[in-house]
Amino acid sequence: MSEPILEISKLNKSFGPVHVLHDVDFKVYPGEVTALVGDNGAGKSTLVKCIAGINGYESGEVTFEGKRVVLDDPRVPTRLGIEFVYQDLALADNLDITQNMFLGREIRRFGFLADGEMERKAREALASLSVRTVSSVRQVVASLSGGQRQTVAIAKAVLWDSKVVFLDEPTAALGVAQTRQVLDLVRRLADQGRGVVLISHNMNDVMEVADRVCALYLGRVAAEVSAKETSTAQIVELITSGRSGDLGLAPATVDKSI
Amino acid sequence: MSTTTGSTAERASEFSLDVERRDVRGAIREWIDRLRGGDPGALPSILGIVVLGIIFSQVSSRFLTSYNIGNLPGQGAYIAVIGLGLVFVLLLGEIDLSAGTTGGMAAGFAARAVFSGDLHGALDAGVYWSLLGFLVAALALAVWLRTWSGAAVILIGLVVILANLDKHVFWAIIAAVGIGAAVGVFTGFLVAKVRIPSFVVTLALFLAWQGVLLFALNSQSINTSNFDLWNGLTQKNLSPTWSWVFTIVVLALYVGYTLIKSITAQRAGLAADTLQLVVVRGGVVSAIGIVLTVLANRNRSSNQYGRIEGIPWAAVIVVVLMIACSIGLSKTQWGRHLYATGGNAEAARRAGIDVDHVRVSAFILCSSFGAFGGILLASQSFSVSLNLGAGNILLFSVAAAVIGGTSLFGGRGKPRDAVLGALVIVMIPNGLGLKANLGPQYQQVITGVVLLVAASVDAISRRRTAKG
Repeated sequence: MSEPILEISKLNKSFGPVHVLHDVDFKVYPGEVTALVGDNGAGKSTLVKCIAGINGYESGEVTFEGKRVVLDDPRVPTRLGIEFVYQDLALADNLDITQNMFLGREIRRFGFLADGEMERKAREALASLSVRTVSSVRQVVASLSGGQRQTVAIAKAVLWDSKVVFLDEPTAALGVAQTRQVLDLVRRLADQGRGVVLISHNMNDVMEVADRVCALYLGRVAAEVSAKETSTAQIVELITSGRSGDLGLAPATVDKSI
Repeated sequence: MSTTTGSTAERASEFSLDVERRDVRGAIREWIDRLRGGDPGALPSILGIVVLGIIFSQVSSRFLTSYNIGNLPGQGAYIAVIGLGLVFVLLLGEIDLSAGTTGGMAAGFAARAVFSGDLHGALDAGVYWSLLGFLVAALALAVWLRTWSGAAVILIGLVVILANLDKHVFWAIIAAVGIGAAVGVFTGFLVAKVRIPSFVVTLALFLAWQGVLLFALNSQSINTSNFDLWNGLTQKNLSPTWSWVFTIVVLALYVGYTLIKSITAQRAGLAADTLQLVVVRGGVVSAIGIVLTVLANRNRSSNQYGRIEGIPWAAVIVVVLMIACSIGLSKTQWGRHLYATGGNAEAARRAGIDVDHVRVSAFILCSSFGAFGGILLASQSFSVSLNLGAGNILLFSVAAAVIGGTSLFGGRGKPRDAVLGALVIVMIPNGLGLKANLGPQYQQVITGVVLLVAASVDAISRRRTAKG
């Protein structure tokens, strides 16, 4: 197995007296989809926000491509090539697809916006993901369906030569066909060599698309397992009770956490 | 050539609606599609202008005379200019109720400075030092908020007042715009940083600036018709020669820009308008511009002794400001960020846009335009009266933007809207004024009905979009 592109070890985070993350270890490998699963309140979002540089953390080591980095500012992960697709997508309804994909990072020529160039790059980014559901990059986002919006949000993350992409519940609001399209897209992101992190509650999605599964239980990593060698039942057990057979936290730790 | 055709065909299958080369037919089809899709653009306001024109030409034979039409720019310029400023704020989903009284106050200080020749001596010491203190505080605030262009305008205004340059009309107008920018920094700070709703902030300031105007005037209105430049803003016309220079420069820039854009984009293999479309569109726009200039350059005086000819200054001012605002909004990064902030502020923030900075700069622009609008209003009414800019002024300007198609909820609107809307609004009192036996009560009822019709057209077309 190749070296992890993003490695987090012994990360701790508290909100006041509440210790939310306990010595969390988390690895993202290039070309693989790592699913981050856990019950509500297990610390998934907190972990993502720590990596996004929004939260800050008390202790822990983060290595990106073998180098130590400190994620204390949202601009740091952006510079490293870590992109986040949040659940609410953060698209401006009144702008078109191109304008949304380049928002905040517009290409300019002589101080003025280079719309034609941005349009072409947006089209290329969508084409590289084999997106066929979007008929024009000049469509206003308000006129797009949920699946198309998700596609645009993901393509936006791809545009910037990203190396790691975090996807927060990308299929939560989608129908069957659209879920299918987005999962294909997630797989393609990884096949192109990116490290992909899929945060999801949906075990079907996770088992279908993920290579590895990292289960969080009450702020601790219960287990990090290969998706192929683990059954859905085992993962559900890891999520709900922190252990499953030989896998997971020691009973003593589980009791202490509760 | 065969390889490019291949890749275009392939792309066309993936993005079937992306027309690579837009010709005349394509442009018309696109426009009809937009219309069907619930984006009426400028159509309602243009229809409004045509319908009102037909009605008023029946009411009075004097309405369509070139003398009367030539008066419209001067009568409506202040609505258009204040409306242009409001578009920035409306795009954010905010409102500036104080733009009109800001204009009145700024015009009041400017008029007092010109009238007395020495603002320091003319004003009460307390008022003078309060004004300077306010400008310095706003300057510091602008620097702290890093709105550099706003800070520069305030600084120029401050220097002009300190150096007593404002006894000259030109510099007094600059100082007024500087005062407007200072008001904008203040408003923007309260809205963006202190997070008071803009409705409340500007409602309070709407009231306050009316009082400050009385301080500035020492409760005596000042006649501006003797101030040559000031009076000329809405009363004078370019000479026929300069009218042609203006028209030709504007048309040449427009045609040149679209031509260069089309050629460079085609060369780079980007989506572009065909030369055919550029030439036809440029020809139509040029023809309209040339016809208007020919009409404007004919003598339109109603008596045989005086001559009135040329494009009114007010029209030139409004057209130039509208073009500048349009470029700022559609071609610069700042404009794109303004639309994004109005559409989804959270998305803009996460995209790394300094949302507070965008908000403050919009309010600075709005108040600066408001200040200049106040100058135009004073010019049009020949004096800085004690209630300049109060009353319906601001509401007319908001109505202009809305009739033109700007949304009150943010994210949608263009500078063009304010200008076309202002034309609709100014036609009503103008047209009704020609019918001598019609009371003023009709004017407001009719203006209200027109606004309601415009809002209905907008809402109905929106609903069609929502249905898809």
